[in-house]
Amino acid sequence: MTLEDFLKQDSEWLKGTGPSANIVMSSRTRLARNIEKLSFSNWADKKQLERVNSIVRDAVRSVSALKNSMFINLKDINEVDRLFLVERHLMSPEHAKDVEYKALVVDPKEMISIMVNEEDHLRIQVMQSGLSLKDCWATINELDNELSKKMSFAYSAKWGYLTACPTNTGTGLRASVMVHMPALVFTNQISKVLEAVAKLGLNVRGLYGEGTEATGNIFQISNQVSLGMSEEDIIDNIERITNQLISREEATRKTILTKNRAELVDRVSRAYGTLKNAHIITSNETVTLLSAIRLGVDLGLVKNLDRRMINELFILTQPAHLQKLENRELNPNERDIKRADLIRGKIK
Amino acid sequence: MCDICGKKDATVHLTEIINDKVTKLHLCEDCAKDKGAEMEEHFGLSDLLAGFADLGVAAEQEIGEKIKCPSCGFTYQDFKKVGRLGCSECYEAFKKHLVPLLKRIHGSERHIGNKVPLTIGKSVKDATTLQELKIGMEKAIQLENFEEAAKLRDKIKEIESKEKATKEEK
Repeated sequence: MTLEDFLKQDSEWLKGTGPSANIVMSSRTRLARNIEKLSFSNWADKKQLERVNSIVRDAVRSVSALKNSMFINLKDINEVDRLFLVERHLMSPEHAKDVEYKALVVDPKEMISIMVNEEDHLRIQVMQSGLSLKDCWATINELDNELSKKMSFAYSAKWGYLTACPTNTGTGLRASVMVHMPALVFTNQISKVLEAVAKLGLNVRGLYGEGTEATGNIFQISNQVSLGMSEEDIIDNIERITNQLISREEATRKTILTKNRAELVDRVSRAYGTLKNAHIITSNETVTLLSAIRLGVDLGLVKNLDRRMINELFILTQPAHLQKLENRELNPNERDIKRADLIRGKIK
Repeated sequence: MCDICGKKDATVHLTEIINDKVTKLHLCEDCAKDKGAEMEEHFGLSDLLAGFADLGVAAEQEIGEKIKCPSCGFTYQDFKKVGRLGCSECYEAFKKHLVPLLKRIHGSERHIGNKVPLTIGKSVKDATTLQELKIGMEKAIQLENFEEAAKLRDKIKEIESKEKATKEEK
């Protein structure tokens, strides 16, 4: 298994399957864990960082869920490869910086990844397609139990799992969903809806761009609180609120389909036309147009494309992916051309 | 041509406003990256934490800043700067200041998760009240960690018999 193999496959979370996959692109759970008696990664010395790295590397070998996974020392791969892993959501942008003792564990399906020596010693992540937080939780819970047999995690009865940043203390759990809500944006309801979500103690941000101006109408919703709530309640809370968002988005889609049909069809068709014919296209424009096409596919307005391929294009059209596909460095102008080529090859 | 290095083609176009003066910059990718690094420094929740780090009793603030974690040498002053702690022992060392902060962030200062690490160790030392010990024991049983459960059971018995003894004295 190499990184090149990833390029040829769709990650598990991109499959466009699972409950409510028309609106919920993916679900993710993440656990922050630290090893007892070793300083947190930002304060640890070389020896301790090396120790964390080797403890995790050894543990991973004997955990069955990680049997065929890769253990990548980030200093051994180049910048484009690191960015490639960030673009595939397997690690955070922060993890791609100052990489000396950092590592990444990834399973062949790209469902599980573990960042080693990010802010916390371990950041375990499980990601799946559609609204599947409960499945993600079951998988990560099991994995965490397995790992905790191999190393002693810093834990206190009072404060739970102890993390480098007090915002993660307690369960160490961050659960999130990536939701595509073009209809709520189209009808200007989105800021109200997001305000309400924030009032319920959840974090909302645009996946691309910031706040309600999110390019591509994709939002990430996650829990803010990790202490004083059980893992199950945190998951349940997000799932309930996400279900509300789904029904609101679905109802709005139906309304638009009858009341603003011409405008909707116009938008989708123009997006289709541009993607099919463009020879130079920026990533921002791509994301905006892919969002429109995705809505078109969901509503049956575009019949010859499927959701999985659109999801794939969101990922493949990013800078590091284009450079990996081309197998050389590309400047932004070259990327805009290559991006358009790639899209024309897929959208016909 | 790039305005900074003057060597490569400019592909990135930036508009900067400094003191109401608008400057347009045309940069090559490499110089833009360097420039960008200055501009997009991540500003996250933890960076805001520094602003809440004074939540502990104001009069004790100065003393608080000098507190050093006996385990890793990290000071509360360091925490105020970076918003991250030095090691897991820092929680205990800075608890006077951290507990109000935890309460502000999470609305709670008490963990009630349903998980304990399978190699517990620490939780036994930490669990002080009878209730905590009982929860710990139940969890250990659920996780089939019977050795741990037995340790906790003994501790519970010990405390209960002590309590009984004090009651009888009265």
